[in-house]
Amino acid sequence: MDTAFAERRRRDLLVAVVLAAIAATVPLFVKDVYVQNIMVLTLMWGALSQSWNILSGYCGQISLGHALYFGLGAYTTALLFTKFGVLPWFGMLGGGVISALIAMALGYPCFRLRGHYFVIATIVIAEIGLLLFHNWDWAGAAMGIEIPARGDSWLKFQFPRSKLPYFYFALALACVAWFVTWWLEDSKWGYWWRAVKDNPEAAESLGVDVFNSKMGAAAVSAFLVAIGGSFYAQFVYFIDPESVMGFQFSLLMALPAVLGGIGTLWGPMLGAVILIPLTELTRSYVGGSGRGVDLIVYGGLIIAISLARPQGLIGLFSFKGLAGVFAPKRKEAVR
Amino acid sequence: MTAETIIQSLASGLLMGLLYGLIAVGLALIFGLMDVVNFAHGEFLMIAMYATFFLFVFFAIDPLLSAPLVAAALFVFGAVVYLLIVRFAVRAKANAGMVQIFSTFGLAIVMRGLAQYFFTPDYRSVTHSWLGGKTVSVAGIYLPVPQLIGALVAIAAFGALYLFINRTDFGRALEATREDAGAVALVGIDKNKVFALGWGLGAALVGLAGAVMAIFFYIYPDVGASFALIAYVTVALGGFGSVFGAFAGGIIVGLVEATTAMLLPPSLKAVGIYAVYLLVVFIRPRGLFGSM
Repeated sequence: MDTAFAERRRRDLLVAVVLAAIAATVPLFVKDVYVQNIMVLTLMWGALSQSWNILSGYCGQISLGHALYFGLGAYTTALLFTKFGVLPWFGMLGGGVISALIAMALGYPCFRLRGHYFVIATIVIAEIGLLLFHNWDWAGAAMGIEIPARGDSWLKFQFPRSKLPYFYFALALACVAWFVTWWLEDSKWGYWWRAVKDNPEAAESLGVDVFNSKMGAAAVSAFLVAIGGSFYAQFVYFIDPESVMGFQFSLLMALPAVLGGIGTLWGPMLGAVILIPLTELTRSYVGGSGRGVDLIVYGGLIIAISLARPQGLIGLFSFKGLAGVFAPKRKEAVR
Repeated sequence: MTAETIIQSLASGLLMGLLYGLIAVGLALIFGLMDVVNFAHGEFLMIAMYATFFLFVFFAIDPLLSAPLVAAALFVFGAVVYLLIVRFAVRAKANAGMVQIFSTFGLAIVMRGLAQYFFTPDYRSVTHSWLGGKTVSVAGIYLPVPQLIGALVAIAAFGALYLFINRTDFGRALEATREDAGAVALVGIDKNKVFALGWGLGAALVGLAGAVMAIFFYIYPDVGASFALIAYVTVALGGFGSVFGAFAGGIIVGLVEATTAMLLPPSLKAVGIYAVYLLVVFIRPRGLFGSM
């Protein structure tokens, strides 16, 4: 491995530790519950997008059906807790394992598909999941499940009176998702995934196990997304099929990564930090009338960024990127 | 369940299927031309339905008469979308696939927002049109007239499209461009012009479908979303890019939907369509009529 790459990885890790430490102190100064709520959501979507990015960004298998794993995580936790009294921590783990197994079972036939056939298969499978939960009476069907509030407790992972524990859990989740990505980036898997993304035939002929590397990416990605889903269920206390498995969740998981830079280490988190507060703020300031201005702003932003910076915003944060913006014609000079 | 009710629901499934084909064919046409999936296709349908509704409310033009007007308006709209957005999206050097998906997705969200803003989220419907609510009995089977006319419009549109692609200069230019966009430039065909006209034609076809749909379906800002997924499945089932695959795909989807509705609770009727899609692509990863 060349030293420049090792150097960059060390620097990435250092920057991440510093950023996480700074983020951890923010709630000490920001006491406003509304803002804290946005911070929790930003970290959660950052973590989800980071997990989505493993399969769709690094491995190049674009999934618009990750809402399935999000929903499975939420439902597993909520059902185990309300029906059997199993603590959410075990539900979380169980949801993750179930999702990873289902991701692999679905990957088995789906990973033969290419391009749009694959994307549509992911959408369709998540829709089937949504419809099944809609009609599954034991799981609350369309009525959903309410998680009974039993007072502040780390054991039951419930904090009706404070956002802070949620904030720290979401921060931890974001750190884990980031670290897993960072770690895998330089592992055998990371190299396989990039090879599979760029040219599966060439990768295969060079001895990369294309099928298994897709399966590995799907399992890790689904596991982490399900943990996020479990967290979300505990955070909002009420789930129904639409609110955890709807198509918009698949889209919301993809967008931060696309905006920030798909298949990059920092892209999803950067995208979430920009997109989620913006969405929440437009929703509460102009969308309150229910007249769709938030959608117009949001959609316009997606069009603008995807056309203006197809590689994502992340490139702007390197020296070369900034220099390229301000002096596009003198790239040679800064090199 | 009697044989009569089975025939009855298969017949309405067939009519609906032909309409699904008409909704989807524009998508297939555009994909075949330039390998782009328009993720705002459902919203094209939505604005066509609103256009039909407003022509009816303000000018008392029956949807049957306004259909050509709506198709023409959508033609212009489709060409403009190509020129303003898609033209730039296909030029992207990085993440080309992603850029196409998300630029048209962004457009879909904007269109939905605009519809909510200007038309409010209320459900609208075209009441007292010539065909609305009428049924006709053919050999003991009752068929709703709007769907029947819609199916006939769909068949006519597919016939016209077939002649158009095979018999006109533009149709041949379209075929040539889908074969090899680089080579057509050498013989003096303006690729951009063909793409813009292709987008116009694709949008005009979904506009026609929207005008017919407006007769019997509620009109609201999210209406496109419910049909978009069916349209993608229809196109993929037939094989991306195959115009006549979309026709066959539509019929299959309509029949499968009707059959599922007989066997499962109504809320699960879409499951049958999705399951058939998965089954087909697992066996034939290129859809029924798609080329490798």
